[in-house]
Amino acid sequence: MTLSHALFAILASVTAISALGVVLSGSIVRAAVWLLFTLLGVSMLYFLLGAEFLGAAQLIVYVGGTLVLVIFGIMLTAQGPFSSLKTRPMEWVVGGALGAVLFALLVNAVWPIPDLQPGGAGTLPGTGPLGMGFLGIANNGAVAYLLPFEIVSVHLLVVLIGAAYLARAKRHQRTEGEA
Amino acid sequence: MTDLGLTPFLVLASFLFVCGVVCIATKRNAIGILMGVELVLNAANLNFVAFARFGPPSFRLEGQVFALMVIVLAAAEAAVALAIILNFYNNHSTVDVDRADELRG
Repeated sequence: MTLSHALFAILASVTAISALGVVLSGSIVRAAVWLLFTLLGVSMLYFLLGAEFLGAAQLIVYVGGTLVLVIFGIMLTAQGPFSSLKTRPMEWVVGGALGAVLFALLVNAVWPIPDLQPGGAGTLPGTGPLGMGFLGIANNGAVAYLLPFEIVSVHLLVVLIGAAYLARAKRHQRTEGEA
Repeated sequence: MTDLGLTPFLVLASFLFVCGVVCIATKRNAIGILMGVELVLNAANLNFVAFARFGPPSFRLEGQVFALMVIVLAAAEAAVALAIILNFYNNHSTVDVDRADELRG
């Protein structure tokens, strides 16, 4: 058993157990904490795969950004009985059965893919090649990912303006209603 | 002794995906559903990076580029979803999706 096998076993069990915790925990705050460990496990798996920049981006954007956003959402909405909405037992049965069937199907689809071994040099291209790719210059001189980069940038801008508008509009209306 | 291959990562990603789908299907809290979506996106990302590592050399950059885009779009999606959930909570004083059959308030 090599070192990478051992590391993968540890990280995969942490990730899988905490993903199960997200599904099974009744309290939404506990689910958020389980989700934190899942995201950490996935970022460590990126490091294991040799994608250091992606692992760091996952840590910064997901763990530092998205999860904080989710926790703020929980704090702003979780009050009284609504912090733990119970799932009905019948829904657990149906959901669990569907999940098991879906997992069997996916593993069945994944298994025939040959167990490829890492070829060539150890790590994936780092920040430099990635940045050049986003600027439109690939290593081999081909035109790269400038257009997707621009689309994502404009999309992010539009989405954040929309989110700010959505979060503001109601408060406006409410003060009018109270006045 | 062969080194760590592609298949374990794909199986783990399928497990994460199934967890996300079951989370979306069974949670009644809207924020719990958002967490399920995050799990699904992480599973897809893990597949992208695994194929970037183990696939042909032309995938080395592409897998990472797509994974980065998914990360950024997931952040945007979480922001919009939380804005909608907060709006819904202001209108209905609950985040139970079973009661979200009308969004107008």
